Amino acid sequence: MSEAGEGLKPAKSLDLRGTPCPINFVKTKLALDGLAEGELLEIIIDEGEPCKNVPRSVKDEGHKILEAEDIGGAFRLLIVKVA
Amino acid sequence: MSDIGAAKERKRELNLGGQTIRILPEELKAGGIIPQRQKGMVTVRFAAPGGRVEAKHMAKIAELADKYGRGYLHFTFRQSPEIPFVRLEDVEALVAEAGEVGASIAGCGKRVRVPTACAGCEYNPNGLVNTQDMARESYERYFGMDHSHKFKLSFSGCPVDCARARENDLGFQGQVEPYLNPDNCTGCSLCVQACQDDALYMDPSIEGPRTKRGMPVRIEEQCISCGDCIKACAFDAMLPQRTGNAVYSGGKHGKHPHVAYPIAEFVPEEKVYDVIEAVMAWYRENGKKGERIGVTIDRIGINSLRRALKDVIGEYLLQQEDIEKPRWRKVFFHGVADALPEYEQV
Ligand code: SF4
Ligand code: SF4
Ligand code: SF4
Repeated sequence: MSEAGEGLKPAKSLDLRGTPCPINFVKTKLALDGLAEGELLEIIIDEGEPCKNVPRSVKDEGHKILEAEDIGGAFRLLIVKVA
Repeated sequence: MSDIGAAKERKRELNLGGQTIRILPEELKAGGIIPQRQKGMVTVRFAAPGGRVEAKHMAKIAELADKYGRGYLHFTFRQSPEIPFVRLEDVEALVAEAGEVGASIAGCGKRVRVPTACAGCEYNPNGLVNTQDMARESYERYFGMDHSHKFKLSFSGCPVDCARARENDLGFQGQVEPYLNPDNCTGCSLCVQACQDDALYMDPSIEGPRTKRGMPVRIEEQCISCGDCIKACAFDAMLPQRTGNAVYSGGKHGKHPHVAYPIAEFVPEEKVYDVIEAVMAWYRENGKKGERIGVTIDRIGINSLRRALKDVIGEYLLQQEDIEKPRWRKVFFHGVADALPEYEQV
């Protein structure tokens, strides 16, 4: 893989498979709130609807997605917290 | 357009409201004062273009509902706050007091109504165009102009169409056309997941500097221009190519609902007012008294209206080949697209 986030270690990981919208984003946001600037959060979200909603909400909050990967039925996102 | 000027004069008269209240129902309705089933009681309706009311106006309207009504407001289906149970003899005072803070009453009857709109791109996450500005501006320009029948304008920020562009006499709906910057694409396929219209698929064979997983391909004839893929893409690879408004005309609800005809796509905001004026001019010329524009279009033909718009938005007009694409067929209730007449090349 050639993403910028490859090999970086997340400060926190959340498996949000089975967690519906918008609770998945609420949990993502709370986790990001708890991180320091520049720290990484890894989340796993279901394919479909969550992929439409969560990445855009993360972007709208001003954070940066370093990596997004299809892991089969779900997507793994690596997010860097921007203050 | 001289009749627009004349209508603006009439509009000012209407806005003065309370000055010379007469009891003719049509006169009352012209100023947003609606007779109730209870004798001597009226409902006073305020203008809230795009559903937006200044807080200080709302505070005053609430105060007036306490003073002259029964202490509550009702919101109409077209977003206007109204005070029920006002005694006819209090109307003049109520309208004058509202006018002191700048709150003006809405219009009913056979004329341009207060435009409705969703929040649009100003703060709705889905919004693609500035619906609030367009609703406000078209209210300032056209509200109260007389027509053969009522004339309702609405503005939706995106193809979700919360403001029901397809159920108004003239409706606008934000759209965006995506394009792919292959240099930025990581092949993550989030955009494909985000698209609910089967308009994107991954082609694993496409190579690029940041991807080993291929890239998305857009099927243009399936794409409804919602922009969900652009919003989902985290790598600035799916980007807006052009943004504008889809135009629909002839829609209405009520006893005899009528779905609007699709007219044009990607019309830029600065051309929206030219479209409104051209459609209203066509309606003035062709509409019979008591006939909504949808019925006028049925009677005279959509191609007549399309020809009238050719000089105004020729390059944005939909042609037969466009309305045959799934992207236009599937944005109507099932079967409705089959009933569209042949669109002549204009
Ligand atoms: S039409 Fe689109 S922009 Fe407007 S409120 Fe609905 S979803 Fe939001
Ligand atoms: S704009 Fe909407 S319909 Fe078109 S490809 Fe993107 S997500 Fe799909
Ligand atoms: S366009 Fe964006 S969301 Fe789609 S595959 Fe490429 S990087 Fe991912």
